[in-house]
Amino acid sequence: MPTYPALDIPEDGKLAHNIAHFARALRKAGLPVGPGRTLDAVRAVAVAGFDRREDFYFTLQAIFVSRPEERSLFNQVFRLFWRDPRYLEHMMALMLPQVRGVQEDRVADPAEKRAAEALLDGQLPPAPKDTPEADQIEIDASATMSGEERLKTLDFEQMSAEEIAAAKRMLARLALPVQPLKTRRSHPSTLTARIDARRTLRAAMRHGGEIITLAHKAPVTRWPNLVVLCDISGSMADYSRMVLHFVHAVANRKGQGWAKVHAFTFGTRLTNITRHLSARDVDAALKAAGAEAQDWSGGTRIGQSLHSFNRDWSRRVLGQGAVVLLITDGLDRDDAALLARETERLHLSCRRLIWLNPLLRWTGFAPKATGIRAILPHVDSFRAGHSISSLEALGQAISDKDDRGERDRLLALIRP
Amino acid sequence: MTQIPPNIDAVETLLAGQGYVASRALATVVFLSLKLGRPLFLEGEAGTGKTEIAKTLAAALGRRLIRLQCYEGLDASSAVAEWNFAAQMIAIRTAEGTSGSVGGRDQLKTELFTEEYLIERPLLAAMRPQPGGAPVLLIDELDRADEPFEAFLLEALSDFQVTIPELGTIKAPEPPIVILTSNRTREVHDALKRRCLYHWVDYPTFDRELEILNSRAPEAQSQLSREVVAFVQKLRREDLFKRPGVAETIDWAKCLLALDVIALSPEVISDTLGAILKYQDDIQKLQGLEAKRLLDEVKRDLLPV
Repeated sequence: MPTYPALDIPEDGKLAHNIAHFARALRKAGLPVGPGRTLDAVRAVAVAGFDRREDFYFTLQAIFVSRPEERSLFNQVFRLFWRDPRYLEHMMALMLPQVRGVQEDRVADPAEKRAAEALLDGQLPPAPKDTPEADQIEIDASATMSGEERLKTLDFEQMSAEEIAAAKRMLARLALPVQPLKTRRSHPSTLTARIDARRTLRAAMRHGGEIITLAHKAPVTRWPNLVVLCDISGSMADYSRMVLHFVHAVANRKGQGWAKVHAFTFGTRLTNITRHLSARDVDAALKAAGAEAQDWSGGTRIGQSLHSFNRDWSRRVLGQGAVVLLITDGLDRDDAALLARETERLHLSCRRLIWLNPLLRWTGFAPKATGIRAILPHVDSFRAGHSISSLEALGQAISDKDDRGERDRLLALIRP
Repeated sequence: MTQIPPNIDAVETLLAGQGYVASRALATVVFLSLKLGRPLFLEGEAGTGKTEIAKTLAAALGRRLIRLQCYEGLDASSAVAEWNFAAQMIAIRTAEGTSGSVGGRDQLKTELFTEEYLIERPLLAAMRPQPGGAPVLLIDELDRADEPFEAFLLEALSDFQVTIPELGTIKAPEPPIVILTSNRTREVHDALKRRCLYHWVDYPTFDRELEILNSRAPEAQSQLSREVVAFVQKLRREDLFKRPGVAETIDWAKCLLALDVIALSPEVISDTLGAILKYQDDIQKLQGLEAKRLLDEVKRDLLPV
């Protein structure tokens, strides 16, 4: 239990203690609340006073909340903490399905469960967990003798469990080298023609105002962000697992070239799994991502998913010259016009759109499906993504900014 | 110069006096920021009055408003101060012309990097004492600046001082009132947020928006204002790429006034839709029947009052 310095509060100190306890409850519920914020909160309450319950609420909110998503959680914890004990009992009832009364049969608010868990920590039996199906990849184990070379070209779908483990190790070593972007900042350089007036004059001052050499500057470069949109529907199941391994490797490699890697999965709905991918252990990361995305191995609604990405996320993650990696087989039953429109918008709002399609592994692949025909004209590059060597090739493709992959050849097939 | 208001109610009346209708939550945050001397970080959709609060505060308190508009590549020299190289060069040449002596050169050395040759930029200006008290510093659309600039702001916002290598550290005698805004096109780093009071500016409720509209466009008749607000509120529940903000509501009401419209009709809406919706997809969705359906709903809802 941390101790807090004595504060000048015209009371017997109980309120400051309660605020500290409240801050701990918030921390347990997942809000980033440190002792510094607790001190701020006590100070803020002292100056704001609380003639009204409302003011007390808003005062604490101003201190403890720093993202819009945190507001609902804060609201729930606040209600639980500063309310009469009966509410707590009610929450206990919510957490314990077996003692639930008749009229209490209501659905918990999104943040309510977490808030209750944070406050009732240790006083509750573990809630019955619905056990997720074990990630089992069923494949034919006939060809188990294989060298690294064979593994590289082998289709993910045809690998044995052992081969998959080996492939995962190889994937973890892969990187996606990228071309840095020029920014408008500059740094000292000797190789350019741009003169750095400030440094020139400062150097001149050392020689009594005589300009002896000119200092130069060059633009600073930075890495772009990478946004991965990965299809996890039934037809893509095995590939998406391997590709997510790859994405995890790319996201966690330090100095890998990408400023930030955002990852989303979609089947019937879009899920942001960026937070989960930051776990160092790849299995833990993918397990957490799998628990978050409810639509593994289900149907596909690419158009709808891209629509919700464009509406809710594109403005937040595509702003700084991001490169988008769209991983899907393009088999979609939805409206092709919607899909075309949403892909076009996606293409217009990112720096580069690269489509990885595992179907491209077949030499005779032709863009017949309506979904593929809808997406193809709007991507910058179209590449295969079914084996380790194809993912390695992707690394080279990304570093070349004019790479178009198979796009033009296949577009020619579509055009009458 | 007006003193800092003593409590939350006073903040509400102060802002209302300038025609800014603030919610209780916003008034609380503004009061805390004034009282604790903490920067205020406002995040929210475009057009919900984030920039306006800084302008209103400056006007209400009689302080100078200093605005720093952020953009990618914004660096210390354009945010804090820049040296006037042309003037420095001229000074060197004249010193050379008038006296070739060593003494003149030594003097030049101390003179060349003084305030005389310094071009003040917003952050430095905000650290200077201003007539009427510490200024209001508005750092607008921080999400547009890049991350290195955010890191640079940490010093300015936690200690209210800026450093110019040639001159040293300049500390504000009285900390400015700092307001930062962001449209959330990217996440601002926690280290910066931690130093600020945070508030998410939401779309207002029907009653509050009506109040805002009455205060910003008082010449509109009450029936039209009610219809406009109800329609925009309804529109925000539709599946749109960019939902209209309060600024759009006010703009639209002004457009309708300029066209001498007394009541909304589907034709008027489709003619003036460009004032509230800024994306072609959204406009297309709302053309014709859809607008009529919404309008009918609005009229039905408003009828009993």
